[in-house]
Amino acid sequence: MSAQTLYDKLWSEHVVRVNDDGTALLYIDRHLIHEVTSPQAFAGLRLAGRKPWRPGANLAVPDHNVPTVGRELGIADPVSRLQVETLDKNCAEFGILEFPMNDPRQGIVHVIGPEEGATLPGMTVVCGDSHTSTHGALGALAFGIGTSEVEHVLATQCLIQKKSKAMRVWLEGTPPAGVSAKDLILAVIGRIGTAGGTGHAIEFAGPAIRALSVEGRMTVCNMAIEAGARAGFVAVDDTTIDYVHGRPFAPTGELWERAVTHWRTLVSDEDAVFDTEVRLDVSDLAPQVTWGTSPEMVVGVDQVVPDPDAEPDPVKREGMRAALRYMDLTPGTPITDIRVDKVFIGSCTNSRIEDLRAAAEQVRGRRVADSVKQALVVPGSGLVKRQAEAEGLHRVFLEAGFEWRDPGCSMCLAMNADRLEPGERCAATSNRNFEGRQGAGGRTHLVSPAMAAAAAVHGRFVDIRKENP
Amino acid sequence: MEALTRHTGLVVPLDRPNVDTDAIIPKQYLKSIERTGFGVNLFDDWRYLDPGEPGMDHSRRRPNPDFVLNQPRYQGASILLARENFGCGSSREHAPWALQDYGIRVIIAPSFADIFYNNCFKNGLLPIVLPAQTVDRLFREVAAQEGYTLDVDVGAQTITTPGGEVIPFELDPFRKRCLMEGLDDIGLTLQHADEIRAYEARRRQEAPWLFQDLNEGDARP
Repeated sequence: MSAQTLYDKLWSEHVVRVNDDGTALLYIDRHLIHEVTSPQAFAGLRLAGRKPWRPGANLAVPDHNVPTVGRELGIADPVSRLQVETLDKNCAEFGILEFPMNDPRQGIVHVIGPEEGATLPGMTVVCGDSHTSTHGALGALAFGIGTSEVEHVLATQCLIQKKSKAMRVWLEGTPPAGVSAKDLILAVIGRIGTAGGTGHAIEFAGPAIRALSVEGRMTVCNMAIEAGARAGFVAVDDTTIDYVHGRPFAPTGELWERAVTHWRTLVSDEDAVFDTEVRLDVSDLAPQVTWGTSPEMVVGVDQVVPDPDAEPDPVKREGMRAALRYMDLTPGTPITDIRVDKVFIGSCTNSRIEDLRAAAEQVRGRRVADSVKQALVVPGSGLVKRQAEAEGLHRVFLEAGFEWRDPGCSMCLAMNADRLEPGERCAATSNRNFEGRQGAGGRTHLVSPAMAAAAAVHGRFVDIRKENP
Repeated sequence: MEALTRHTGLVVPLDRPNVDTDAIIPKQYLKSIERTGFGVNLFDDWRYLDPGEPGMDHSRRRPNPDFVLNQPRYQGASILLARENFGCGSSREHAPWALQDYGIRVIIAPSFADIFYNNCFKNGLLPIVLPAQTVDRLFREVAAQEGYTLDVDVGAQTITTPGGEVIPFELDPFRKRCLMEGLDDIGLTLQHADEIRAYEARRRQEAPWLFQDLNEGDARP
């Protein structure tokens, strides 16, 4: 057999049948469900008189709409409440495991999957959410789907898919201190663009990826979709296996040994050929800050806001101008002169324990700047929150003037009460700086947790390589 | 799903790249548990001058006269002409639902985001990829001629301009069939139920750890 990429291996293990037109019926091992993209799918099942094919393959959690404060009082917004209650009812009716809002394990769906061992290496993982690529950090084939496909997976445990092209993003070198997984992926997106990975599945590889923890790899894979790719993943190594060991739903005993033996094969063969290769040396990478309304609009913190007049492509040039108008920024402004009104540390990109530790490190013994109206820390799950509290991180944040919240998607997309007001500027550890994403008229700068925390302390962006905590 | 075989319609141009799904249908409307009614909030932040929330009477809001969908010459448009990477961002199927509900049946762009592209076909909406230069030319023609319509023939995979120019487009055979026949692809997949069961039986032997049922008791010791 010819040399295979990791993608080839993950794909071929899950093909149930190949259709005449070249599409495949792909088996789905794990289906994750949240309240926003599932109600119409369950309604569709009911309408057609269908039942879930394998209820035990599903795991559900409400995360987008849940309040991050005072949740013991329930959800005040009746529309949000109905959506969350609808999920509770659907899971009860169809026999699907759910971690409801007040369960200690509740959290952002992409945080709890790996945390619980519900997503494992070698699995196909889908969810009605584009950031499902996060689970690829474990060496899984994980991608986001729409609601029609949610219904399709519920009903058949399969999806009709066409194989993507394989891309390898190879990151060479060791990044400087203060430069994290978030900066790596923002730099990749800046390089290839938000459509650079369209039609591809991306394998992240190279020394800089190998050196990352699984949590860091999740941050990288999470934003594969911001590079246009539905799926992003990292080959299995000792780091992966150590991470999975002992998780609640991970296999144990003899089954664990068998699983590990198989998981170790989940790497691209040495001479495997990729359709597209991208190489980036990150040895001198600066912490990254987005300046516009697309994640590809990104520069190092030591740079200035770029000038659209220097962009040769007219469509791009107009896009840059529109972004600068929306962001109220002037070309040539140093990034470190940009002041922020709010700071959001959270989201499926950056809300795990290592993210909170990195943020706390910048904050310890300091205060949130007076000019910053609100600084939020929203842990990714109840278990992350508990762990952070055991380490005393919550006290570091609270003493500095941050708010310490309950887990959920929160201000990443502002479906609950956490949001920006029109014109407010935010340093956010989330994944999208689209117009209105964090609230109508709100302005988002995407950064790493340490950069967001430092921005809270200084009231503006600072180069954390120079401003030592 | 409503079948789509041929469609002639007025073209509305949306001249910006990277139009994301947050722009197509903002998050506050995703709280609905229904599949319909999103059309009035299509491009909500651009289309109205005042902020919108679910449950409002949107007919009483102030439309933004500068936004292309509000211009008199584009009323009744059913073909959206767009720029590169249309539909990027989230997987929300509410985006094609909103376009469909508004009356759009065909979207033409140099490129689409993968998930959005896929979601369109599940809802009888046809996304057509054309070379950037062709799209550019269509933008110019639409601007120059009021009442500019295109005739889209799904079977022949062609677009005909008012000047009689015929532009071919690519469409994968499975999606084409589903679109033209309005097929329910869950029903199609369930025709292969025996093959799915056989696959599962084999995999339960090879990789039993994949089949631990999450809903059987609590995994926690």
